[in-house]
Amino acid sequence: MLHIHCPHCGEHREEDEFHYKGQAHIARPLDPESCTDEQWGEYLYFRDNPRGLHREVWFHSAGCRKFFNVVRDTQTYEIHESYLIGTQPAGRGTPDGDSTEVQAS
Amino acid sequence: MQRYSALGLLTQGLRHHENWQRVWRNPTPKKHYDVIVVGGGGHGLATAYYLAKLHGVTNVAVVEKGYLGGGNTGRNTTIVRSNYLWDEAAHLYEHAMKLWEGLSQDLNYNVMFSQRGVLNLGHTLQDMRDIQRRVNANRLNGIDSEALDTQQVQELVPIMDCSPNTRYPILGASWQPRAGVARHDAVAWGYARAADALGVDLLQQTEVTDLIVEQGTVKGVSTARYGDLYAERVGCVVAGNSGVLAKMAGFNLPLESHPLQALVSEPIKPILDTVVMSNHVHGYVSQSDKGDLVIGAGIDSYNGYGQRGSFPTIEHTLQAIVELFPIFSRVRMNRQWGGIVDTCPDACPIISKTPVQNLFFNCGWGTGGFKATTGSGHVFAASLAKGEMHPLAEPFSMFRFHTGALVDEHGAAGVAH
Repeated sequence: MLHIHCPHCGEHREEDEFHYKGQAHIARPLDPESCTDEQWGEYLYFRDNPRGLHREVWFHSAGCRKFFNVVRDTQTYEIHESYLIGTQPAGRGTPDGDSTEVQAS
Repeated sequence: MQRYSALGLLTQGLRHHENWQRVWRNPTPKKHYDVIVVGGGGHGLATAYYLAKLHGVTNVAVVEKGYLGGGNTGRNTTIVRSNYLWDEAAHLYEHAMKLWEGLSQDLNYNVMFSQRGVLNLGHTLQDMRDIQRRVNANRLNGIDSEALDTQQVQELVPIMDCSPNTRYPILGASWQPRAGVARHDAVAWGYARAADALGVDLLQQTEVTDLIVEQGTVKGVSTARYGDLYAERVGCVVAGNSGVLAKMAGFNLPLESHPLQALVSEPIKPILDTVVMSNHVHGYVSQSDKGDLVIGAGIDSYNGYGQRGSFPTIEHTLQAIVELFPIFSRVRMNRQWGGIVDTCPDACPIISKTPVQNLFFNCGWGTGGFKATTGSGHVFAASLAKGEMHPLAEPFSMFRFHTGALVDEHGAAGVAH
């Protein structure tokens, strides 16, 4: 059972209360009409799927019903931190070997 | 290869079973192969077997980081069926079904394929409309499929609660009589033994640490145990770890890895002689030949590589099973485990060429790969032998996520995997 800290409620709650919403920090292309099929396909379907640290969106569906981001290890399931959408993780938010600039979303 | 037969069993029995031949060799690898298959699960072993048997490509290695059949092949709930909605998927899974039907004889290994039928229950009017549509689509594709009403379902499974008093009353079901279950370990072992007999090298405990790519063409694999092994073509069949291997080759796959768990009960006397699946209350159950109930359900929602599942998911699964079968409410569960499934956005596999020349991927089977083991290996072997995709595999190219030509089984079929 994951215990997830909701930064809006300021409390740790059990995973039953939350819905997982996939990878975080995916920026929608600013001008979708000018995207190639490859760019649009990448945006819609291609995800990092790392074995290790993963930044992801969670929804506090049975609580405050707000969205927030979590840094979680996909191998140990350890949660490193929760942070508000639009902000950056404070600590080890970037997976090893991934040097790309994180775009706020 | 020592052939298995009733007479052989009797003779060996008289000798206290001390003279059975080893089932496969433990070979020292060559430096160069025609084809290297990465991943020694059911799909990888089937690929190697059909390469050697049907295409005469016997200079093949299967490279496996753990032991043969130790991943999802040995972790699934062993259901085999082919009642998929869309033509592309139906053709592929029906191709697999036809191979299942002769598999034990073909491999000279009893895979205990039992065509006991699969019920997909409907609990709402929309479920029933979807079932009707899927049954009609199946029949047009030559797949045996029938729509049943509540009464007929009750006759097939007398112990199921088909009364109107349940929270989600059973309104009917689709029924595929040719579907059933097979013994998952035996499938891996049978393919491994038959492939080994045809000269395929099975390299266990050999983890691939890198793919050797030169000027956009794959040349082989680097392994922790045997160093570099070279090959004309490389086929990756590594399920949950496909994304990791794709990164080694320098491209991304539209896959996400999730834990999928299953559990078995203590063995009980024969009580359920078919497979019951419900997408609406979300659970599926069958009884193995040992007598234990084999139960499964959906994936954990979040990505994960730990081979274990979450408690809320398993609780939800058992709620569904007890809702359908109140008689099971006091059966104790024996074991529970998880496997890592690589899910595609459209819930259909990727059997495809890649941006790297001579590198092929067979992955993304998600929660429904076991039933396709035979067909997947068959078409992937044909593709690896010729360097061109088999016609049945063509719709499952990884580039469909750029063109938009998805095979949207997830949304429309209404099938639990």
